[in-house]
Amino acid sequence: MSENKKVDVIVVGAGPAGVSAAITIARGGKRVVLVERGNFSGAKNMYGGVIYSHAAKEIFPNYKEAPIERIVTSHDYVLMSEYDSTTITYKNALEREISFIALRPKWDKWCVEEAKKAGVYFAPDTIVRELVVEENKVVGIKTDLEYFYADIVIIADGVNSILAEQIGLRKELKPKQVALGVKEVYKLPSETIEQRFGLINGGGREFKLVGGPLRGLMAMGIMFTNKDSVAIGLGASLEDLKSKKIKPYELLDDLKHHPAVADYIKDGELIEYSAHLIPEGGFDSVPKLYSDGVMVVGDAAMLVDNVHFEGTNLAMYSGKFAGETALQAIEKNDFSSDMLCLYEKKLQNSFVMKDLKTYRNVVDNIMSRSDSYLGYYPEKINEFFEIFTGTDGCEKREKYIKFTKKFFTQRSLSELFKDGLTAIKLLFGVFKP
Amino acid sequence: MNENVDKKLAKVKYKTDGKCHLEPDEAKCLQCLEKVCTIVCPAGVYNYNETEKKLTVSYEKCLECGACRVLCKNISWKYPNGGKGVVYKNS
Repeated sequence: MSENKKVDVIVVGAGPAGVSAAITIARGGKRVVLVERGNFSGAKNMYGGVIYSHAAKEIFPNYKEAPIERIVTSHDYVLMSEYDSTTITYKNALEREISFIALRPKWDKWCVEEAKKAGVYFAPDTIVRELVVEENKVVGIKTDLEYFYADIVIIADGVNSILAEQIGLRKELKPKQVALGVKEVYKLPSETIEQRFGLINGGGREFKLVGGPLRGLMAMGIMFTNKDSVAIGLGASLEDLKSKKIKPYELLDDLKHHPAVADYIKDGELIEYSAHLIPEGGFDSVPKLYSDGVMVVGDAAMLVDNVHFEGTNLAMYSGKFAGETALQAIEKNDFSSDMLCLYEKKLQNSFVMKDLKTYRNVVDNIMSRSDSYLGYYPEKINEFFEIFTGTDGCEKREKYIKFTKKFFTQRSLSELFKDGLTAIKLLFGVFKP
Repeated sequence: MNENVDKKLAKVKYKTDGKCHLEPDEAKCLQCLEKVCTIVCPAGVYNYNETEKKLTVSYEKCLECGACRVLCKNISWKYPNGGKGVVYKNS
């Protein structure tokens, strides 16, 4: 192999995980190539709209210079029934910035520009078809055109991770381990957005929606405000879409027409539609994270906390840990799995693996009773508020009795008991050390 | 064809690759009863023509999500060539 085709580290995929790994390595003074299959970084990415400030700051201390849409000041949790909805809103002051909304084609592009400034060599328009393996060690990559070599390859090629599968670090994905996300973006004047969503001073709003039009599936809707557009989307278990034979865009259309959403996007012009898989398997679907000459980060390592919809932050931290590990490996000139296991230790000692472990059984538990938790109960809560907020000249007491009776007859006692038991199991699982 | 999804896809930018990157095993498609690809694909890439007994693959609409790849093992699934395929601007 010629020397000009070998660097210290190759990172495959320029999303949040890959760029964080690459910039960490370049800042350590080592030669790193960041490969991206898209025309630019962010061209292939789609997500739930939110980037967490503390993670952004960890990788990019100057992240305030990045092109962002709005700082999130309002977080809404919406429980829908067929026609109505009940919402819990948490508001935080603009100054106490927790997270912000960004468009990935702009944000990811900015991150790569920062990486380039730090010395990362960026190679867009480049698809890695396979890893080069010699004597069970990963020694490089094969693109459509040529071979490139490195002491370490960091796999950051996203949820489908063809490369992690190729070398057996990851098994084939099962439909239960992923959700399918679909999203539409509607253009609206920023003044209209601010009026409708009650926003000032560049504040933004993000919504999580369950129940009602999502038909009791293991699914959740999202809506968030960009500067001059509103995004509306959903993530639904691929297993559920398959078994219930539901077209994802039809489910999204139903969600869009629900009054909890429709009024916000009224008269907006559709400017983009997108789809992406979301890792949903949690702790138990995290693959082996390293082998000789290779580490796996971000979505490729299934690092998504699906209780809090955190993904980009886990990606960035995993990239940083892999980058730090690579620097230590280069220092010691040891690229074996004995050395790279340090990456796994760093992840285990951080919130990344700890949180995934905390929520280990949550998704399975909710999935087993999704028709009740994400269908029946949201409906009942709305029924209650319909009684509580309205009056029709009838006695309240009678209404409460009727509501309570219905609650215990519409769903059999054994089902209610199972719902309760699963809820207790779920809570115990979370608090178990 | 699904008009509903085609209206959405009309808003998506692509750099179309000259070469199809999705290749289902046609013989197996004929035997497949579920044809889950025709339901779950968010871009309606797969359509089964009952009279011609043929599965058409409109690969140029593909959003590269991988849903069909996870659900069906009869599709030889690759990413499009470097720089080709879907280009998101507002996602």
